Amino acid sequence: MNAEPKPSAIVHRELLPGARNWSFIVRRGYTLRLTDHKGGANCSALFYNAQEKLERYNMADTLKAQHTARLTKGHVCYSDMGRILVSIVEDTCGWHDTVCGVSDAALVRARYGEARYQEHRNAFHRNGRELFLIELGKWGLGRKDLVPNVNFFSRVTVDDTGDLRYEPENSKAGDYVDLRAELDTLVVLNTCPHPLDPATEWTPRPVELSIRKADPVSDDDVCLNTCPENRRGFANTAIYHCQY
Amino acid sequence: MTSLTTSALDPRDAVYDFEVPAGEPWLHELRKGQMLRILDLMGNQAVDTLFYNLHDPAERYSAADTLRAQGNIYLTTGSRLLSNDGNVMLTIIADTCGRHDTLGGACAAESNQVRYALEKRPMHNCRDNYLLALAESPYGMGKRDLACNVNFFMNVPVTPEGGLTFEDGISDAGKYVELRAEMDLIVLVSNCPQLNNPCNAYNPTPARMLIWDAGAA
Repeated sequence: MNAEPKPSAIVHRELLPGARNWSFIVRRGYTLRLTDHKGGANCSALFYNAQEKLERYNMADTLKAQHTARLTKGHVCYSDMGRILVSIVEDTCGWHDTVCGVSDAALVRARYGEARYQEHRNAFHRNGRELFLIELGKWGLGRKDLVPNVNFFSRVTVDDTGDLRYEPENSKAGDYVDLRAELDTLVVLNTCPHPLDPATEWTPRPVELSIRKADPVSDDDVCLNTCPENRRGFANTAIYHCQY
Repeated sequence: MTSLTTSALDPRDAVYDFEVPAGEPWLHELRKGQMLRILDLMGNQAVDTLFYNLHDPAERYSAADTLRAQGNIYLTTGSRLLSNDGNVMLTIIADTCGRHDTLGGACAAESNQVRYALEKRPMHNCRDNYLLALAESPYGMGKRDLACNVNFFMNVPVTPEGGLTFEDGISDAGKYVELRAEMDLIVLVSNCPQLNNPCNAYNPTPARMLIWDAGAA
């Protein structure tokens, strides 16, 4: 895997400011890179099969298939249909949360104070739930489709009693994660702070997005070989594409 | 481990008492204030359970909201089960098992293929139960409504290093969990038929459902 893709290979690049929303269909065989632009970013993500959006990211299936409670290089994001939506083929950060969900209006108001559009114009405080609902709405999706998401760049650990602990400074400026689409995947993102980030100063961080053509999946692919489960997941995904 | 909490409710006062056979679904309405006891009759039986607001099923149980709000991944007495709209749907008011899972999800034909073998697809599973129960229900619900569930009596420990495993249950014959409805609800259960891992001790067994009206001693 090329850590630094040739600029010519990149078909699209943009900077998503902090506390903003975005969605896009990443075609099978393309890789979406998320880069923490300033350090301390959180990028919440949901994934749907672009052709049949009833098929969507399934947190539980993803975790139990790979015997993990965190996501990093070598893991894949499973749909609820036993197929792979995206593979995490590179990761300089090491730990991405998929248990804690997103912030809502009440949480943001309680932690950061009230900041309405009327007084603050476009610096008003947004929250993860509302940005997801806005972006999902553009694809005919809504509350029923707001399932547990991935929080890229955020690390939350669990102690022996089950208590959750947010670990600050998990991600530094320039850290990135590469998501290779194995199905045509609708990616829905927002860059609101992680819901367990205890910082009380409102400083949502930007995330750079870039899309490039991926190398074909080789037999020694890092995600294919993580565990026997993933080999079966890739096999299921290949069946889906057998008439292409 | 959390301390165990017993209930004073008497089964003779229950307004509903039903035994869900192993491997079958159970769909039932629960009114605000009613109390539901789920009884693990023979031990180590995962009871995979979804909750919806009866009047607006787009509002449903959310594992992420529930875990984040309580700051802990296990459910036991005192846990408040939150919806995707941040409202309290139910409160766990008694628990003689100790903890329950809500990260492990429900088994499906497709997830069994990935987890165990591609040839496992014909095995009976929880999401088939859910889909059939919803298809035959008057609610007009379907696959899009298969959101997060609670796995009562199931043991899915997470390690500080981020590992996750399905372990032998910590439940036993006669253990139960009791919940009070904080809104009018639809409760959808699959009495888990999984035979590929220890969540049912490789022997799925019946579960007993008891309901008491609000105000029952």
